[in-house]
Amino acid sequence: MKTFRKIGALATVATIAFTGWASAENIKIGVSYPTPTHAWAAGMNWHAEKAEERLEALYPDVDLILVNSPDPSAQASALEDLMSVHQIDALVVLPFESEPLTDPVLNVKKSGALITVVDRGLSQPGIEDIYVAGNNPELGRVSAQYMKGRLKEGDNIVILRGIPTLIDNERFDAFMAEIEGSGINVLDHKHANWNRDDGFEVMQDFLSRFPDIDAVWAQDDDIAIGVVAALKQAGRDGNGMFVVGGAGMKETIKGIMDGNELVPVDVLYPPAMIATAMDVTVAAFKSNGPVAGRYILGATLITPENAASFYFPDSPF
Amino acid sequence: MTETAMSTAKSSKLNGFDLKTAGPAIALLILCVIGFLLNPAFLSEGNITNLLTRSAFIGIIAVGATFVITAGGIDLSVGSMAAVIAGVMIIVMNGAVDTFGTGLTTVLIGCGCSIILGLGAGLVNGLLTTKGKIEAFIVTLGTMGIYRSLVTYFADGGTLSLNYDIRGVYRPVYYESFLGLPIPVWVFIIVSIAGWFLMNRTAFGRYCTAIGSNESVAKYSAIKVDRVKTLTYVIQGLCVSLATIIYVPRLGSASSSTGVLWELEAIAAVIIGGTVLKGGYGRIGGTILGALILTTIGNILNFTDMISNYLNGTMQGLIIIIAVWLQRGDWGRKTSAD
Repeated sequence: MKTFRKIGALATVATIAFTGWASAENIKIGVSYPTPTHAWAAGMNWHAEKAEERLEALYPDVDLILVNSPDPSAQASALEDLMSVHQIDALVVLPFESEPLTDPVLNVKKSGALITVVDRGLSQPGIEDIYVAGNNPELGRVSAQYMKGRLKEGDNIVILRGIPTLIDNERFDAFMAEIEGSGINVLDHKHANWNRDDGFEVMQDFLSRFPDIDAVWAQDDDIAIGVVAALKQAGRDGNGMFVVGGAGMKETIKGIMDGNELVPVDVLYPPAMIATAMDVTVAAFKSNGPVAGRYILGATLITPENAASFYFPDSPF
Repeated sequence: MTETAMSTAKSSKLNGFDLKTAGPAIALLILCVIGFLLNPAFLSEGNITNLLTRSAFIGIIAVGATFVITAGGIDLSVGSMAAVIAGVMIIVMNGAVDTFGTGLTTVLIGCGCSIILGLGAGLVNGLLTTKGKIEAFIVTLGTMGIYRSLVTYFADGGTLSLNYDIRGVYRPVYYESFLGLPIPVWVFIIVSIAGWFLMNRTAFGRYCTAIGSNESVAKYSAIKVDRVKTLTYVIQGLCVSLATIIYVPRLGSASSSTGVLWELEAIAAVIIGGTVLKGGYGRIGGTILGALILTTIGNILNFTDMISNYLNGTMQGLIIIIAVWLQRGDWGRKTSAD
């Protein structure tokens, strides 16, 4: 199975010949992303470093410069430095926030560099040459499909959502659209902020409030850990109860490989997408095929059968 | 609760009904009635136990914060401090497994380490404030950032997880009950009683109040101001370490998202309880009610889908302001009082 599928190419940039960039002696590619403050981002940081090692070993003339920034304005300054000090030929950027970074990225583009945007889109269309992202609606849809496969009409589920953001809404709306008409009751949904402690407390309250819950959509692996602790505390972790998280945390994937019944599957939203973006960006200079376009990674359902290929025991996530 | 309200009403006939003392209790009572009306399961044994256990973290920290605030200080570092102590505890316990096995010794080493770190971190805050002559707000804002980034660094940006076998030994500290009450609630009760005694029945408590009211006068009254103020931060550190000891066995992990905003919740609990933010007047009993009120708000919001999830913060903010207004406002009193 392909790791990603390409769903469309930007017609406007398709005509640009990337060979122009490749003529330089040394290809400098800046990679800018937020400083890891939570586990998912730490995993992304790890995968970016791994990709840097691998690509630089493969292509001695490629120089990848990794910079992480603690806030949007620091990231804007980092982009200026990459442009003026390093004179990069291409930029891979995972923007902190879309709005404040749109102009800085546009400035880098004006310097002639190739732009690859990861995970979060910019607020103005047409700036990026390459876009690589996970598929949030798909994550919701795949989770709902799994629920429909395991549950029957009249069964009850509760939903723990993330931090109130666009990402959370996309996941939630797609889940609800898919579950609609299946006869599965969504008892309630609350924000647990992609956080273990909140997952624990929200789930405790759901358990006190609803005597009959058959499954939980926790949307995220951290929330799922809190949910599992609350289920075990209340002694309601048996009777076919199951929890579906999301992202692809290594502990969760290990559990799936070991046949954990309470968290039997996971839905991928991989921090390794930064590595994909770096690969594609390097390919823009090295490949004879066109690469500009939008790459939306699949929200793969991780099961005991395929779990091994998503398991990175050395990554912090 | 009504008895206390009655007796205070008698003791302060001039003001009619003394809302300064009864305010938080009334607010909590109203919240409980609302919770029960929304869903009778609110008063189920399971939910009440959850509520009390959950309040224990913020409550214990807030007892310490009451001393700091009463003496005119502030400690913004407690949430980050809890996170870094939890992180170091986990690292130390995981490291001790090789030498001491997965038994009680390892857990005790972890707890001892937590207490030493708590006292030490409190001492640092206290000395920088008193000997270093830096405003408490700045000192603790600084240590808040330091502790938060340290835990991120220790966890390599990810999450620190406790060895699975130790978790089995340590788990009962959060999940087991003694005489029908979970152990965290017992710790909360003991800390509260000790705090109340220290505040209301010892010279130290009176010194805190005196310093908070007027530091210069306290100094001329031969109170060792620096020492007392430093001690309030040490007490705060001890409270944080106790809260961490009961927090770690809950999920057996610590990350940079551990204890986020606990400092503000603790300060809010203290102020809701009737302690004055600028110092000089402290109420341990009120602080405990304040912590219970904060947890109850969150609990009730999880029990209903009448209010949009996006408005949770609004509800919390409104209830906090109303709870404080109940005891501060001039309403119902003749306005000439100053």
